[in-house]
Amino acid sequence: MSVTIHLPSVLARLADGNRVLEASGETLGAAVLDVATRFPSLGERLRDQEGNPYPFVNYYLNDEDARFHGGFGASVRDGDEVTVVPAIAGG
Amino acid sequence: MTLPELSSDEILRYSRHLILPDVGVEGQRRLKAARVLVVGAGGLGSPLALYLAAAGVGHLGMVDFDAVDLTNLQRQILHGTADVGRPKLASARERLADANPHVQLETYETRLTSANALEILRGYDLVVDGTDNFATRYLVNDACVLLGIPNVYGSIFRFEGQASVFATTEGPCYRCLYREPPPAGLVPSCAEGGVLGVLPGLIGVIQATEAIKLIFGIGQPLIGRLLLVDALGMEFRTVRLRRDPECPACGTREIRELIDYEAFCGVTSESETGDSSVPVVTPLELAARIGRREDFDLIDVREPHEWAIGKLPGARLVPLGTLEEAAVALDPTRPVVVYCRAGIRGAKAVRKLQEHGFNKVANLTGGIIRWSDEVDPTVPKY
Repeated sequence: MSVTIHLPSVLARLADGNRVLEASGETLGAAVLDVATRFPSLGERLRDQEGNPYPFVNYYLNDEDARFHGGFGASVRDGDEVTVVPAIAGG
Repeated sequence: MTLPELSSDEILRYSRHLILPDVGVEGQRRLKAARVLVVGAGGLGSPLALYLAAAGVGHLGMVDFDAVDLTNLQRQILHGTADVGRPKLASARERLADANPHVQLETYETRLTSANALEILRGYDLVVDGTDNFATRYLVNDACVLLGIPNVYGSIFRFEGQASVFATTEGPCYRCLYREPPPAGLVPSCAEGGVLGVLPGLIGVIQATEAIKLIFGIGQPLIGRLLLVDALGMEFRTVRLRRDPECPACGTREIRELIDYEAFCGVTSESETGDSSVPVVTPLELAARIGRREDFDLIDVREPHEWAIGKLPGARLVPLGTLEEAAVALDPTRPVVVYCRAGIRGAKAVRKLQEHGFNKVANLTGGIIRWSDEVDPTVPKY
């Protein structure tokens, strides 16, 4: 399956400046692992050392909170869109 | 509740609201009756408080402990050049009173803490979160959940922002969105990472819009939705949020009182001032070493765009992210001094170099800012 991953600019710099990445995998976690393998420094910001999501980086699968659809285990389909939203606190 | 009457002055002032079909006199009287607390008189607090005051919110509270700094003026439009050094709430009071003398202003010149938050927030109908750090965001959230006050949230970083409405009876809270904060130091603050000056204008005005809609009781507020704003792509995206049944604040309700938020967010004096185990050199000591023409490597670990602002004589640029790669080509037996803007990245650089076997490495304490203060003011602070 091929999905599109949207990154905020703060993470895009760890993916050679790409705001949008194509990734493949049967699940959200596999798609994240795909980009984490291609961009190891980005990978460190997307998943912890055990490969689990951080509590301060959320994933939205077609604009729905992935945590309520199985988290990294959520199955994805061709054309799905994933938005990565890390916590920010500036004001 | 009986809504307050509008004076003839107020009727004229708010006429563009009064002729809006969904607002009218009753909506404006609701605004006059409303009590809204703005936490933070900075980037977000400035535009949102100005619009809330101009719109006619009857009772506006503001909390802030800070003084106006020259670096604030690029975005904090409540304050002017003549206000530098004054308490932010002093300039806020003057500016807001001028914007609308009908608004009752209440200012709390204090840091919002677990000890005072419930007392300050109690009695307000709405809280608008314009704070600039994770600890205060969790504090504001938990206090709002405990008191049952909606929390109009906004947050910014560099070119992007987020907004939502939390802690309503039906919707999620900030902890439903992010159960835990990132480790201290992982996400840079605006002071470290920069922020586009107009961005808090965009997000703050969205917060003000949400607050006013909630008071009027019209439209679809951002309850259960997170608005993501990308100023560079000028894209607005909304993702759906859900109330988390396991949320310790609004779900299980195991948070029955305010906690130590600095500890929760891992904020310690160490993360603010640098690790005390890292060897340091003061600006005066470094200047003396340069003056004696001592043989050592001076490495600037900032980013190229910061290097372009100003640098120390004899330094070479090796951004922190590339340091480990560059360390391979350096001689670990040579003395090394590293520096950054304020000393935090320098301390990280020292630890990285130590891991690569460098044992004569020190961090310029206070970074280029303290160098400018103590040695050479022609090197600009930023």
